[in-house]
Amino acid sequence: MSNDTILQVRGLSVDFPGRKGDTTAIADVDFDLKLGETTCFVGESGSGKSVTARAVLNIVEPAIIKKGAIHLVDVKAGQKIELSGLDPDGAEIRAVRGARIAMIFQEPMSSLSPVHTIGQQITEAILLHQDVDEAEARRRAIEALRAVQIADPEQAIDKYPFEYSGGMRQRAMIAMALGCEPDILIADEPTTALDVTTQAEILRLIRGLQESRRMAVMFITHDMGVVAEIADQVVVMLHGRVVETGAVDQVFHAPEHAYTKKLLKAALGLDDAPARRRETPSDEVLIETGDLSLAFPSKGKLFKRVAGVQALDRVSVELRKGEILGIVGESGSGKTTLARVLMGRFQPQSGQAIYHMRDGGTRDLTDKASFRDGQVYREMRMIFQDPYGSLNPRMTVEQIIGEPLLVNGLLKGADLRRRVGALLERVGLPATAMERYPHAFSGGQRQRIGIARAIALDPRIIIADEATSALDGSIRAQILDLLLDLRAELDLSILFIAHDIGVVRYFCDRVAVMHRGRVVETGTAVQICDAPQEAYTQRLISAVPIPDPRKRHLTAS
Amino acid sequence: MLGYIARRLVTMVFTLLALSVVVFVVIQLPPGDFVTSYIASLSAAGESVDQETIIALRERYKLDSPVLVQYAAWLGDLLRGEFGYSFEMQRPVGEIFSQRIGISLAVELTAVVVMWAISIPIGIYSAVNQYSIGDYVATILGFLGLAIPNFLFALILMYVCYNWFGVTITGLFSAEYMNARWSLDRFLDFASHVWAPILVISTAGAAQLVRVLRANLLDELNKPYVLTARAKGLARRKVIWRYPVRVAMNPLVSTIGWVLPTVISSSFVTAIVLNLPTLSPILLRALLSQDMYLAGALILFMGLLTLVGTLISDLLLAWIDPRIRLGMVGAN
Repeated sequence: MSNDTILQVRGLSVDFPGRKGDTTAIADVDFDLKLGETTCFVGESGSGKSVTARAVLNIVEPAIIKKGAIHLVDVKAGQKIELSGLDPDGAEIRAVRGARIAMIFQEPMSSLSPVHTIGQQITEAILLHQDVDEAEARRRAIEALRAVQIADPEQAIDKYPFEYSGGMRQRAMIAMALGCEPDILIADEPTTALDVTTQAEILRLIRGLQESRRMAVMFITHDMGVVAEIADQVVVMLHGRVVETGAVDQVFHAPEHAYTKKLLKAALGLDDAPARRRETPSDEVLIETGDLSLAFPSKGKLFKRVAGVQALDRVSVELRKGEILGIVGESGSGKTTLARVLMGRFQPQSGQAIYHMRDGGTRDLTDKASFRDGQVYREMRMIFQDPYGSLNPRMTVEQIIGEPLLVNGLLKGADLRRRVGALLERVGLPATAMERYPHAFSGGQRQRIGIARAIALDPRIIIADEATSALDGSIRAQILDLLLDLRAELDLSILFIAHDIGVVRYFCDRVAVMHRGRVVETGTAVQICDAPQEAYTQRLISAVPIPDPRKRHLTAS
Repeated sequence: MLGYIARRLVTMVFTLLALSVVVFVVIQLPPGDFVTSYIASLSAAGESVDQETIIALRERYKLDSPVLVQYAAWLGDLLRGEFGYSFEMQRPVGEIFSQRIGISLAVELTAVVVMWAISIPIGIYSAVNQYSIGDYVATILGFLGLAIPNFLFALILMYVCYNWFGVTITGLFSAEYMNARWSLDRFLDFASHVWAPILVISTAGAAQLVRVLRANLLDELNKPYVLTARAKGLARRKVIWRYPVRVAMNPLVSTIGWVLPTVISSSFVTAIVLNLPTLSPILLRALLSQDMYLAGALILFMGLLTLVGTLISDLLLAWIDPRIRLGMVGAN
C-alpha cells in the first residue's frame, strides 16, 4: 500500500433485502483511492456505481452492506478506520461524512433544499464539523463560494437554489462539499444534467480543486468522453461487479474486458460519425421561417426588475423533406422556444413561419388560427425529453398510443387495438405491452412508446425536443437508429433539438447552431462539427469531451 | 409584501360583495318576504299580529321598494353591524352571534390545535418508519377514524361515559354554570365538558392529516436533498426535521384556509348530538326553518372566514417557503 492511499475497499457487497430473498446491488468490489488522483467509475445505469459511492459513506438504506471492508486512512496519524461496520447513523460515521468524505450529486436542483438559502446549507456543514461560530462559518462559506468561482459570493450566499442557474447550483454543491476541506470528494454524475460548455467549466473546476488541495476524487459517470478528460484511474462496472481497473491510458488504449471495449466502441461510434446512409436531400421545403422574433416580457422580482428575454431573434431556418435538421445550443439559447412557436404554443412578435401541407396548401404557423382544425397537428408530431413525465402514468400504453387516433376519429375498437399493436411492434416492443402502464417500462422503452404515439397519425414531421438526452449511451444509440429507420420507412422529416454534439454529428443531416435566440451558424452536420466557422460554434464544439485521454483538452493545465 | 397584502385585501372586499349578492338572492328565495314569514310564525304560535308593527317592519326593511333598494338597505344594515332579525328565535341575529361566537371559536380552534398536535408526530413517524408495526397501527386507526362518522363516535363516547363512569358529557356547562359569570369554577366545569367534542372533532381531522402528511413526507424523503444533508454528516433525526418535514408541511399549511370556516360549518351533527351551544346547530336550524336573515348572515360570515383563512394560509406558506414568497411578489 502506497503512502497516498486514502481509501481501501475490499470485497464490498451490498444487498437489497426483499420478500423473496435479497437482491445483490454490488458484489466483491475492490478499489483504492489515492490522494491527488481522480478515479472514474464507469458503467451504464444500474451497474452499481452510485451504490458503491453511497456504501463508502455508509448511506445505503434500505440496502445493507453485506460484507467487505472500507478502510479510511488517516495519513497524518497513520491510523485506519473501518467504515462499513459502523452504525449508519452513529457519531463515528457522521464525523467522517461531510468532513473527510464529501459528496456531490447529479441533479443540482433537487440535491439542494429548496427552502433554505445556499449559505444556510453550506454553513450547516461547517458548523457541524468545525469548532467555529456562525460568523466564522459564514466567512468560510463565502470563501468556499469564491473558490468555486461564483461571482459576488457575499451576495450570492443569501440566495435560494432556484435563483441560481444549473451550473451555479453545481458550483454551490461543490462549495458545500469543500467547506470542510475533505480528503475525498465523491462526485456522482455531477455534469450529466449540464450542457457541454457548463460541463467543461465544472470539469475544469473539479480538476483544479483536486490538484490544488490534493484530494482524492471518486468520479462517477457514464460518459467515456468525461472519463478521458478527468480520470487518472478507471474502474469499469457491470451488473454490480468491477470488470476492469487500470490507469486511464491503459483502459482506453489497451482495454482487456469485452464490456470495456463495447463501451469505448459505443462512445467512439457517435464521435466518428460513420458514413451512414445519408439520402440526398430533397429540395422540397416543408417548413420555412423568416426572421422569427419573440421576446418574453420582463418579470418583477423581489428587489430588482429582471429584463425581458429575447428568446428568438430573427431566426430563419428551413426544414426540407426527408432531412434531419439539428438545432443545437446551450440551455436558454431558444431551441425549445423555436419548437414551441412551430407548434403554435407561442406566437412570435414578428417574422413568418410557413408550413407546406401534404395537400399542397400552406399554413402560417405564426397564426393561431392555422392550428384550429388540427390538421397541422396531424402532420407534425412531437417527442419529448423526459420519458417519465411525458406519458400519463394512469393510462395504459394502449390508451396513450391510441389517443391521437381516437381523438382524430380515425380508428376505434378492434381496429384501434390492431393498429396500436402494429405500432408497438414497429418501435421494437411486443404488442402485448399495450395492456400495461408506463411504470412497467424502462426509460428507453418509454421513449419507444413516445415514438409510437408520435408516428400513430402517419405524420410528415417529427419535432424531437432533446428526445435522447435522458438516456444512457447504448440505449441512446438504439433510439437514434430506430428514428433513422422510421425516417426512411415513413418518409419523415425530423427537427431534432439537442445539446449533445456527438449525437448531432451522428444523427443529423444539417445543423443550425443557436446562441441567445439567434442562429449563429447553419451547415451540414460534418461541416459544423469538424470545421465550425463562427467563434461561438468553435467554443461549443471544443467544449465536447473527446473519448481519448491522449487528446485531453478541457482540463489540461 | 405589504403591497401584496393590500392587493389581497382589496380583492377580498370585491369577493365579499359578490358573495353578499348571492346571500341576498338566497334570502329572497322563499316565497313571500320576511314579514309574511314573520306573521306566519307568530300566528302559528297563536299570537295576534299588530297591524302597525307590520307596517313599521315593511318600512324598516324597505320591502315595498324595488329589489335593488332592498339590497342596498340590507347591505347598509350589515355594514352598520345590524344583521337583521331572526323570526324563528325571536331575537336579533347579532345577539345570537355574539352569544355563541366565542364558544364556537374556542371549541373549534382548540380542536384544530389538538388535531395538529396529534397528526404531525404520527404522520412523521408513519412515513419515516414506513411499513413498520407502528405505521400499520397508525394506518389502521387512521382509516377507522376516517370511516367512523363523527356523530357515531360521539354517541359511543356518550354511552361509554354514561354507562361506565356515570358522567354526562353533553353540553358544555353543567346546569348551575350555564348562565353564570366566568370564574375558575365555571372554567373547570367547561374544561370537564369540552374535551369530548374536541376529541371527536380533532380525531377525525387528524386521521385525514396523518394520511396527507405521510404521503407528502414519503415523497420528500426520497428526494436527493435528503441524501445531501445526510452526506454532510447530519444525524438522521435532524435531517428529517430540518429538510423534508419542512417541505412536506406545505399542504398542511394550506388546509388552514378551510379550517376557519369550519368554526361555523363543520360538525353539525356532532354539535347536535352533544348539544353544543355553538354556531353550527344554529346554521342548520336557520336553513331548515327558512330563517333567512340568520342563515344569510351565517353564510356571509363563513365566506369572510374562508377569505381570511386563505389569506392567513397564503401568508404562512410564503413565510415558510421562499419559492412561494418570491413567486407571489413577482406575480404582479
